[in-house]
Amino acid sequence: MIIDKIRKVNSEETTRVANTKASDMMVGKWIKCDNCKEILYKDDVKENYSVCPNCGKHFRLSSRRRIKQIIDDGTFIELMENLHTTNPINFDGYMQKIKSTSEKTKIKEGVKTGLGKINGIDVAIAVMDGNFFMGSMGEVVGEKITNLIEVAIEKKLPLIIFCISGGARMQEGMVSLMQMAKTSAAIAKFDEAGLLYISVLTDPTTGGVTASFASLGDIILAEPGALIGFAGPRVIEQTIKQKLPEGFQRSEFLLEHGFIDRIVERKNMKEELYNILKLHVGGKNEN
Amino acid sequence: MKTKMNSWDKVLEARKPLRPKTLDYIENIFDDFTELHGDRLYGDDKSIIGGIATIDGIPVTVIGEQKGKTTNENMLRNFGMPNPEGYRKALRLMKQAEKFNRPIITFIDTPGAYPGIGAEERGQGEAIARNLLEMSKLRVPIICIVIGEGSSGGALAIGVGDKILMLENSIYSILSPEGFASILYKDSNLYKEAADKMKITAKDLKELGIIDEIILENDIFNNVKKSILKNLKQLNKLSVDILLENRYNKFRKIGKGVEKDDITE
Ligand SMILES: [Zn+2]
Repeated sequence: MIIDKIRKVNSEETTRVANTKASDMMVGKWIKCDNCKEILYKDDVKENYSVCPNCGKHFRLSSRRRIKQIIDDGTFIELMENLHTTNPINFDGYMQKIKSTSEKTKIKEGVKTGLGKINGIDVAIAVMDGNFFMGSMGEVVGEKITNLIEVAIEKKLPLIIFCISGGARMQEGMVSLMQMAKTSAAIAKFDEAGLLYISVLTDPTTGGVTASFASLGDIILAEPGALIGFAGPRVIEQTIKQKLPEGFQRSEFLLEHGFIDRIVERKNMKEELYNILKLHVGGKNEN
Repeated sequence: MKTKMNSWDKVLEARKPLRPKTLDYIENIFDDFTELHGDRLYGDDKSIIGGIATIDGIPVTVIGEQKGKTTNENMLRNFGMPNPEGYRKALRLMKQAEKFNRPIITFIDTPGAYPGIGAEERGQGEAIARNLLEMSKLRVPIICIVIGEGSSGGALAIGVGDKILMLENSIYSILSPEGFASILYKDSNLYKEAADKMKITAKDLKELGIIDEIILENDIFNNVKKSILKNLKQLNKLSVDILLENRYNKFRKIGKGVEKDDITE
């Protein structure tokens, strides 16, 4: 069962179908949970932080709604909102696909970055968006995140990044791969500045994002049941020619193996972040 | 001299079993190579070789991904696909190089980081990420040379340096052309077209500003040696602060996007 689900997450085709389902969800009154198959009233789900009230499955959240859940009302100031790709390797059809995806989803790129407050505490925050090219990292995602880190260093702000990503943006070739080095080098500077970076992993966080800033938090949180890994489960299965164990590469598995600090349910996420932020105020960090 | 090779020809050349591997460069370019093993955490990954050697009398730390030339060698070397302990061994040796003020030379030649159960259990993503972060701030010169197949994060994990060099017939890519074709074209048979469109040859990447130099293969070991020495000489002239600032800016400037209100096709 879980293996089936893993395979589903990994297949771009089915993910796209799931996306359509998510948008239908906003139109119709009822949705079916893809985990427990329960038919749910959409307002109940929405009120429940987009978590299945029946089984606790955390559904995918747009960057816009995530910011609404985490950042104090009216305090979010977006940075580099209109940064677009230059199609660095001139890949055929890429700009058309960017345009149509952007029109369809009303999302401009794979991450929103900005400044805002969490219960009154100033933070720099990046929220990736799985509804735009699976949250893949190309030059825009890399540049916006790097810029945000640099702004946070300058303003001495704590940094929070919500990750969701299928990995590198393939249509941008090696320019995408280099964003891993660019963002990680920026995190190194941030680290040396003695500032707090909290990375939050959501379903799914894989590939080049896992192998760069997502894994470099001082504190790493994850939502329950999120798929987190470097290689996708399907690639692993094809390589080792055997089925993967149940729960493999899920948040609980990563906690067990020592790669994340805490699993946090979505309804508690803001308070949890606030508590961690509070613990880093005062003492040596004051001024 | 060969006639003009297309991108797919270069892929085949880069993957050739008999093409020189990391150990061949170590043997032909360096003296007194002393191999050092293990990551001090889990094990010794034989797909990454590391140690201390001298080049023209200068002590350096050498690290490289090692593919085999025969099936048996490839079994031993896991086809040049490192597990986390390989990247952690590389990092341990790089930190050691920093302590003793030795420049670092890395040789990149891998189809990618190994996608396996153990690799994921031991944090393949974390291991690669950690190397990217640490390499960006090591206080000694780092020269990275793609000698064969440089594929994905598994290549980049030892590829953050002050100079990125590529052999004339090597490739450096985000994933294999076969993988790219099957995902983006939904047809793995279109790998030749993918190889071309992905911009993965030394020439392509020099034009994109991602690598610094192309090394010709007519007198391969001698050319690589000369290039290492020339670049070391340049880098050694820089203060550590300038070295690190240049290294940061080198990656900082890749892929900046463009700010505008509308997306134009
Ligand atoms: Zn459910």
